[in-house]
Amino acid sequence: MPELTLDGRPLLVAPGTTVAAALLLGGDGTSRTSVSGQRRAPVCGMGICQECRVTIDGQRRLACQTLCRDGMRVESRP
Amino acid sequence: MSDGADVIVIGAGIVGAACAHELARRGQRVLVLDAGLRAATAAGMGHLIVLDDNPAELALSQYSVQRWRDWSRDMPDDCAYRQNGTLWLAANAEEMAVAEAKYQVLREHGLDCELLGAGALRDAEPELRDGLHGGLRVTGDGILYAPNAARWLLDHPLIEQRRARVIEIDGSRVRLEDGGWLGAQAVILAGGTHVTELCPELPIEPKKGHLLITDRYPGRISHTLVELGYVTSAHNASGPSTAANIQPRPTGQLFIGASRQFGSSDPAVEPWMLAKMLQRAVDYMPGLARLNGIRAWTGFRAAGPDGLPLLGEHPQRPGLWLAVGHEGLGVTTAPGSADLLVAQLLGETAPLAPEPYLPQRFPGVRAHA
Repeated sequence: MPELTLDGRPLLVAPGTTVAAALLLGGDGTSRTSVSGQRRAPVCGMGICQECRVTIDGQRRLACQTLCRDGMRVESRP
Repeated sequence: MSDGADVIVIGAGIVGAACAHELARRGQRVLVLDAGLRAATAAGMGHLIVLDDNPAELALSQYSVQRWRDWSRDMPDDCAYRQNGTLWLAANAEEMAVAEAKYQVLREHGLDCELLGAGALRDAEPELRDGLHGGLRVTGDGILYAPNAARWLLDHPLIEQRRARVIEIDGSRVRLEDGGWLGAQAVILAGGTHVTELCPELPIEPKKGHLLITDRYPGRISHTLVELGYVTSAHNASGPSTAANIQPRPTGQLFIGASRQFGSSDPAVEPWMLAKMLQRAVDYMPGLARLNGIRAWTGFRAAGPDGLPLLGEHPQRPGLWLAVGHEGLGVTTAPGSADLLVAQLLGETAPLAPEPYLPQRFPGVRAHA
């Protein structure tokens, strides 16, 4: 089972879990903070809406299009 | 108020909004009609830029960029005005010569600008690739979020806005979709690419452009970066062309243009053209390739044959005034266009010589019966 860190906290997920699902399993489901300071969460789940962009190992990625891997570092803030 | 409006403006984009604003400021009651069609104000980059392809373009853009600077003191934050300057990029000796010539012209006209050698250019914008010859910084240029600027210009007690589609113009009267006529002392047509539906004699063609905006990556660049190939070769061709234009938005996003295509009215994003445009931008700023684009779209510039807008009364349709054909420079030149048109309309002395922009310079407009 892959173990990742989500905003600094460790999280163990089932193989095949997307990062979008991990956001919900390990937190409140939100993925990012908008320009106006609101928290945002995945909407479309298919790589179109761009709401689920998170930073994974230093690179901006879409959480719904990325599978969790062991050792992955996911950041949803600020 | 609509029956009592002194002037009807067709089009609530940046040009129509500026015209309405200048009229209202002089005490005129204005009715602004907008059909809610796709238009350039909402699609474009909001780059306020002095261009000097010819003396008339320089006069209008220089005057207008100054007017935006004056207006910016009163504009709300959401108009996102920044005087971040344009940095023209020279990739080779030929383009550096163009930068030097441009520098001379702009300086002669009292514009604040500075030539940068290769080292100074790297210091100013470290994300640029190695090997560029230099650049020209034009300090007074800026950026804007044009839809909000248009909204701000229209927010005046003497301006009434109505969502309505005009289907016919008869001098200073217009017929709406519901068949009813509205009249005023004058009608101003500021309908961008849509004006040929109402006045087929106008020599306006849509020029398609692609745009892409990235996720937020603050602090990568500070100037709006524009390649000098923009003026030397690529964009002067009649076929499809691209030129690097990279703008830092106040949100930290990077806004990337520019492409030009004639003969298309299909708003679909064309992947081959988008790829070509992005490749051009990456050629200048290699780090772009590692950033995420979050949205791409297209828009249409209302282009006339000589690159200058048509500003003045229609020579064959008394009562109808034209503010059309701004191509890619409508946001920049909206203030000057409005001042020129309103001065003619109200018999004031215009702030610039109006002749180069008069619609009668085109035989097809003159001959319209």
